[in-house]
Amino acid sequence: MIDALLTHYNYYAVVLLLGIGVYMLVESPNLIKKVIGMNIFQTGIFLFFITAAYVGGGSAPVVGEGGGPYVSPLPHVLILTAIVVGVALTAVALALVVRIYDEYGTLDEEVLRELYHD
Amino acid sequence: MIEHVPVLLVVAPIVGGALPLLAGLLSDRAGWSLATLTLGVHAVLAAWLVATVAGGQPVVYEVGGFAAPYGIELVVDGLSAAVVGLVSVVSLGVLAYARRAGPHTNSFYSLYLLLVAGLTGMSITGDVFNLYVFLEITGLAAYALVASGDRDMAAVAALKYLIVGTVGASLYLLGVGYLLVATGTLNMADLATKIPQVDGGYTSTLILAAFGLMTAGLAVKVALYPVHTWQPDAYANAPDSVSTLISALVSTVAAYSLARVVFSVFTVEFFAAVPLAQDALFALAAVSVVVGSALAVSQRDVRRMLAYSSVSQFGLVVAGFAVASSTAVVGAIIHLVGHAVMKGGLFATAGIIERKTGARTIEEYAGLTDRAPVAAAAFAVLAFSMVGVPPAVGFVGKWYIVLGAIEVGAWPLVAVLLTSTVLTLAYFARLVESMYFTDAPTVSEAAAVAEPEAAGAAVPDGGEAAVSPGMVAVAVTAAVLAVALGLAFPGVAQTLENSLPFLT
Repeated sequence: MIDALLTHYNYYAVVLLLGIGVYMLVESPNLIKKVIGMNIFQTGIFLFFITAAYVGGGSAPVVGEGGGPYVSPLPHVLILTAIVVGVALTAVALALVVRIYDEYGTLDEEVLRELYHD
Repeated sequence: MIEHVPVLLVVAPIVGGALPLLAGLLSDRAGWSLATLTLGVHAVLAAWLVATVAGGQPVVYEVGGFAAPYGIELVVDGLSAAVVGLVSVVSLGVLAYARRAGPHTNSFYSLYLLLVAGLTGMSITGDVFNLYVFLEITGLAAYALVASGDRDMAAVAALKYLIVGTVGASLYLLGVGYLLVATGTLNMADLATKIPQVDGGYTSTLILAAFGLMTAGLAVKVALYPVHTWQPDAYANAPDSVSTLISALVSTVAAYSLARVVFSVFTVEFFAAVPLAQDALFALAAVSVVVGSALAVSQRDVRRMLAYSSVSQFGLVVAGFAVASSTAVVGAIIHLVGHAVMKGGLFATAGIIERKTGARTIEEYAGLTDRAPVAAAAFAVLAFSMVGVPPAVGFVGKWYIVLGAIEVGAWPLVAVLLTSTVLTLAYFARLVESMYFTDAPTVSEAAAVAEPEAAGAAVPDGGEAAVSPGMVAVAVTAAVLAVALGLAFPGVAQTLENSLPFLT
């Protein structure tokens, strides 16, 4: 049990990244920081997949370069796709942030909320 | 060629989506024609697929020729065929509305087609990671579409939608990760056979966590209470065409995905082994029904009221899924399709009324029959259908859900459904009463309210916010469909039930 807790430090990083991401999303009134929080949250998930694919002493899964064990290539492929999705989301989010700043001259969520209810 | 139809259904709108942007080099007005052409092709393909699946056998397609479970599989059974048909019909119909209602840019039509591609992909995929990708394509297109109008808070609402939606999709992805760690596969059919073989079976912590994360993620996309917060702002601030389209389709297809994950990945045996999961899903849905209705009753803005009404109606659909008896699931599917037609129609009608009279709140709807008789009539028919007045489709869906609930003795669902009906009546009756039996405000009052709003909703090319016959036709068609589907569904309910192999 203790052994598992000491050797799985990657998962601490996963939980930490997820926690920091959610905290920034919920707590920061600044829209840019919310977008950064969203990115950190997603990075935590990426790290989770990559960690799960790791095999101690495993080699790259290319046929013809010696024998196994190989690390699992599937999670890497999934995360490449997820990173692309994340980049697209960040781009759309930042485009919206730029438009909001152009229209209202603020990135503060509280100020925007007051504007909305007036 | 004909065996490639499932993948072409997704490819056609993606390729078609590039065309309006390319055509933008030559003309600013080509978007609508290209979108109509593309969705016409999409409709033909969808019709072929529905006809084939109705013949009995599900259609299975291996993308790129890689055999499942290693490759991505597209699987179309009765349920997915019904949703694909719905996506195709509604997206083609809303185009008739968007021609006048705008936004009149080529990029709008590109996003529109991208949204259709994402929704179609979500409906037919047989792979949980592929579902995540299509979920995000749908999301990205929807965020951009919400921001495409010029209502006051469109960009803020879209950003809120983006952040909440991304967290939902990320939770789903994390759940997929847990399943992958537990079973080493992503194919839905393969997962269904491998999950019981996991060490610990259905009650393994990994499987329970995966179920929780995937359900929570999809619940955000469906907009169940308490993770519905993106939805009223998004629906109320999007352009009329967009709120019609996304209120009819986006949450609907997400609810379909939830059913797909519950029944095709985790299967009903999972519910039998872990009653707590079933009860939790049911509780989430029941709370959504009651609180959603209560919030709808407290709204003054009609579009926000309709949005909260969706929170409650989707609660009902998910409650039907959670009971998991075949009659209740058929009822939930009927209500899912019926709600799409009714809610889309209501938003289309609300858009017409706002353009004609500037009315946005319940008070401003007073005496509407004199100013917009056709729209008011369509609104009233759709509203009563949503309440569940026979023979409209709202009644048929609720009827089957109640029958299914009684069959398996799920009395809490019966209570929830009756409460929901009374509360739905409460918020729609108030509106219909206002439209038909209250005198219109005096001219100066109406003008004072209408002027700034009408200016805000005006079409960008400077013309006044006019209503085209096409827009009225969409609203009337939705009202007629709501009644016609109600008459047609009892006939096809048995066919639908037979085409759901995962329930037997």
